[in-house]
Amino acid sequence: MSIDGSQAIVEQSPPPKTKRRQLSDRSIVNLFIWPALLLLIAMNVFPLFYSLYLGFTDYSAITRQQPQWVAFENFSKILNDELLWKYFATTGRFALLSVGLQTLVGFSLAMLVNHKFKGSGLLTTLILIPMMISPVVVGLFWKLMYNPTFGFFNFLIGYTQYLFIFSFIASLFGAYFIFKRYFKTKKIYLLLLSIIFVVYGILGLYSYISGSNLFGFLSRFLNPSTAPDMLASRFAGDPVPGLALWAVVIVDVWMWSPFVMLLVLSGLKAIPDYLYEAAAIDRASSWFQFWRITLPQVAPLLLIAILFRTIEAFKAFDLVMGMTGGGPGDQTELISVNLYRQAFLGQWRTGRASALAYIILVIIIAVSNLYIRYLNQMKGED
Amino acid sequence: MSNFREDGPGYPVTEATRVDKVSPESRIFGKLRALIVVVIAVIMLIPVFVMLMTAFKARSDIVSSPPTVVFEPSLEGFVFLFTERAVVAKARQEEFKAAAETGELSLVDRVAFEAGQQVTGPSDYVDRLKNSFIIAGLSTIFSVGLGLFAAYAFSRFDVLGKDDLLFFILSTRMLPAVVVTIPLFLMFRQLSLNDTHLGMILLYTVFNLSLAVWLLKGFIDEIPIEYEEAALVDGYSRWQTFYKIVLPQAITGIAATTVFSLIFAWNEYAFALMLTSDNARTAPPSIATMLGRGGIEWSAIAAGSLGFLIPVVIIVFALRNYLLRGVTFGAVRK
Repeated sequence: MSIDGSQAIVEQSPPPKTKRRQLSDRSIVNLFIWPALLLLIAMNVFPLFYSLYLGFTDYSAITRQQPQWVAFENFSKILNDELLWKYFATTGRFALLSVGLQTLVGFSLAMLVNHKFKGSGLLTTLILIPMMISPVVVGLFWKLMYNPTFGFFNFLIGYTQYLFIFSFIASLFGAYFIFKRYFKTKKIYLLLLSIIFVVYGILGLYSYISGSNLFGFLSRFLNPSTAPDMLASRFAGDPVPGLALWAVVIVDVWMWSPFVMLLVLSGLKAIPDYLYEAAAIDRASSWFQFWRITLPQVAPLLLIAILFRTIEAFKAFDLVMGMTGGGPGDQTELISVNLYRQAFLGQWRTGRASALAYIILVIIIAVSNLYIRYLNQMKGED
Repeated sequence: MSNFREDGPGYPVTEATRVDKVSPESRIFGKLRALIVVVIAVIMLIPVFVMLMTAFKARSDIVSSPPTVVFEPSLEGFVFLFTERAVVAKARQEEFKAAAETGELSLVDRVAFEAGQQVTGPSDYVDRLKNSFIIAGLSTIFSVGLGLFAAYAFSRFDVLGKDDLLFFILSTRMLPAVVVTIPLFLMFRQLSLNDTHLGMILLYTVFNLSLAVWLLKGFIDEIPIEYEEAALVDGYSRWQTFYKIVLPQAITGIAATTVFSLIFAWNEYAFALMLTSDNARTAPPSIATMLGRGGIEWSAIAAGSLGFLIPVVIIVFALRNYLLRGVTFGAVRK
């Protein structure tokens, strides 16, 4: 019996040994890695060195002339060009505004969504849709949204006044219920809350009836002749510089807040419950819990999100090209849009554009280096 | 000052202070929170709804002010997107009308005629879409294939300067497209790869390679190495362990990576704008240039946008558990 069994095992086991000489681990590694690396070197490293060379030359891709060595002339001209500094400033402002708002909106969204309720999973997934759509398509589409005569944006803003009225009435009802609750429990903060709600409701209703500034302002959005034309930086015909940049920022925030939300949410889910339980036993307030538990625990992921978005904001190209193409005038001329214009439109100043590209590159590498270093640090902690 | 220990609670205890019981206050706050989330989600999705709606609006509905929400659905946008048209000559109008009444006209012709136009042939956009399919599809296959091997090697072997190499691979993705394109444009011109499918496939392969390597490395890292060690002890060769043990276990990861690469290549705009003009131009830049030609055909743009929206919606739902990895290059997992 036992002999039969062992024979069966011997017959079953090792797979037929190939006679071919087996590759050593080292050669497998080389075989597996080098095709990818070679492709990257050919399509990324070589071009980068080539463009470094071009940055030191005077060259235009559409003339037959060979590149002429001009040393640092391109760089010094760029650094002395006030317009370019302005474009850098615009890019910085765009990055600051959009990343700041994304962080704020994304974080609050994550805090809201983190508490499960019926359908919260579905909603979270739905919110993520915008960030996966092609940015240029999003830009084009928002151009239609922003149209002053037939776009939805202005009208939606205008109609929010009805949302306000709804909230006033709702707050009066809410105050009634909170007051009832106060009567039962005699907790003083409930009384205060209900008073605040009543004041909010009454003040709001009064200001709507009297047509206060806020409601007058919102009503202007409903009439195309008094509404803003965001992409032309005009409000009721008067130029309001900066409106176009805000238009781009709004779309960027709409598109990428879900990204911040996604990262923060994963951070929130990873916080162990026992921390909150311990805090609850120590009767720590929820405010204290937020500052001392939630925020520090989420901070690494939040920082990653911010760094990621900052890099992307400096690269922003598709969205702006789809929406404004840098206009009106040069109000939304981000640095990458200007780089495209210099390199591929008009005079095709290839040499100068290469030099500018390198300056941008250095900035982005500095930021992304920070990012990678941070990532490695985080991995080390795990 | 009341002393809790001696006097007891200052108000009647109406519900047990058990931890597992939710007090009415927090229940109401929970409901309120849910309501706020729903409102925010609806607000965030309005542009997506508008996109959907506009794709099925006729021109007159799109430019009506204030914008309409209730309208008669029309296929005008799609017909305009996919066909070249000309204005129907006065002489032939009666003929068309008669044909339309008897139902001889095809659906496409009828829709075009309602806008006073006649179809003369397929539009450029059809070719652009075809290009997009070819370029995005092939480049995805290549980048996932190459990425898989590289990721396996990075995950399982000691590679000299591993972290530096991985950083180098990721850093290529951090470069702005415009920066890389200037030298690439000259290089492609030298090799006469400008405006060719091959050039774009190569470029997109490299563009997605970093994503593929990082994502797949993360997925392969999660497969316990013990399986492979057991297989090696049993006499499998390295190659056999790779495709008999690792591949089957990494299949969901490979699928997720493929879909992400596909969507990034499908959405890519900057490279295509700068390196193609006609022959190999993909859909995103051609949608953008549609603005220029003879008045803005918003219905066509919206219909085209829908072609970018629908795959995204499907992917977001299918890959919702992997979305986090996909957008952070596998750096953040759960």
